[in-house]
Amino acid sequence: MDDRDLQYQKYKSILENYLQEQSEQTLYKGQQFSRKMIEQKISPEEAVSLHVSVLEELFPDIPQPLKNSYDFLLEMMIGYGFAYREHQSLRSRQQQLESEIEIAANMQQTLLAGDKPDVNGLDIGAISKPAQKMSGDYYHFVQDENNCMSVAIADVIGKGIPAALCMSMIKYTMDSAPEQRMQPGAVLENLNRVVEQNVDPNMFITMFYGLYDPRVHSFYYAGAGHEPGFFYDAEKDEFEELFTKGLVLGVSKKTSYQEYQRVLHGNDMVIMLSDGVTECRSSDGFIERDEIVAMIRKYIHLSAQEIVDEVYRELERLQEFELRDDFTLVILRREV
Amino acid sequence: MNLQIKQEDHENTHHLHIAGEIDAYTAPQLREALLPLTGKEGHETLVHLGDVNYMDSTGLGVFVGALKSSKEHGSSIKLTGMTSRVQRLFEITGLDEVIDIEDVKGGSK
Repeated sequence: MDDRDLQYQKYKSILENYLQEQSEQTLYKGQQFSRKMIEQKISPEEAVSLHVSVLEELFPDIPQPLKNSYDFLLEMMIGYGFAYREHQSLRSRQQQLESEIEIAANMQQTLLAGDKPDVNGLDIGAISKPAQKMSGDYYHFVQDENNCMSVAIADVIGKGIPAALCMSMIKYTMDSAPEQRMQPGAVLENLNRVVEQNVDPNMFITMFYGLYDPRVHSFYYAGAGHEPGFFYDAEKDEFEELFTKGLVLGVSKKTSYQEYQRVLHGNDMVIMLSDGVTECRSSDGFIERDEIVAMIRKYIHLSAQEIVDEVYRELERLQEFELRDDFTLVILRREV
Repeated sequence: MNLQIKQEDHENTHHLHIAGEIDAYTAPQLREALLPLTGKEGHETLVHLGDVNYMDSTGLGVFVGALKSSKEHGSSIKLTGMTSRVQRLFEITGLDEVIDIEDVKGGSK
């Protein structure tokens, strides 16, 4: 007996059962059987055809008009068959796309992998989580031969693949001008020129760029329309906003960016974030910036990496574990 | 939550009254309403944002696109009545320096 015969016999026995006694149990068997048919990629018209042949065997005397109506029904089902096959091929195409995105996401991970550098006297914590597979957030550390460390945090408007492609452009632009690294304002001006020429008119990028020089314990920074970070003054035990004035990248050709400087004393912290952190909404409204500060304060006795991990965990919980936006948080703390 | 857009035209001046949330899902709707207006030379578009209770960066992107389009086509665009939460977004991004924003604090209710 081949598969088709087996199927036929099985269907026949279920149908016979049902015709004798219309029980829930037999109906359930029918459901299970149909699931198997779907697994075996039996099309809707084949299912109807199976039903008709079983009926003809069980009731050889079916009136002719009824027989004709079955032919009619079969013809009707052919359209459904097409739709079904189209659905099948779309599903396999979707799987293919998904695996391609998976590969792209892995590539992005490798490309943007921001290894935290080891800087003398500096405790660094960083976390970045995409809302979807590909992230539009970005952070990057570079350390030079003088032990100076630069850090960039950027957020591309929009999410997903277009944002991720844009991110790669930023990374290469930054890598191609290493001599500028020491001047945050100039770095942003250069990037702005590149972005302005290369992105869709509706797109822009916000960025915060800073450089820490451990020889003088100074942090030099500039911002292009990025969500302000915080500066924690350990002696006063106070957080203040790390304000920067500057237009987002990609809007206006000629834009200049003001440079700022802060000296870090022991235990002082520089906190940088993406707007995914302050734009996230919990069940009862927005997370306010004060709440972020309160969370950081709560974990302030931990290491920088533990702080960012804990804050992320807490925000994740508040949003019921569903991230609506990419999330990035970086903390630098001068060790005592 | 969705977005409602009401349009009023007085010769070369267009008023768009926006209500709701401007995010990645509703931004295309806003762009479709806004861009044809900024593409008309000499026309002025006023966007009333008093009833917008949430806007994300995709929404800002629509206004950046509209600003570029108005410069290119010789039209003008002005935003008005935004709530302080929305205004803060324009300030942080520095866009308040390049986009014409009428200062009516607190929003028009």
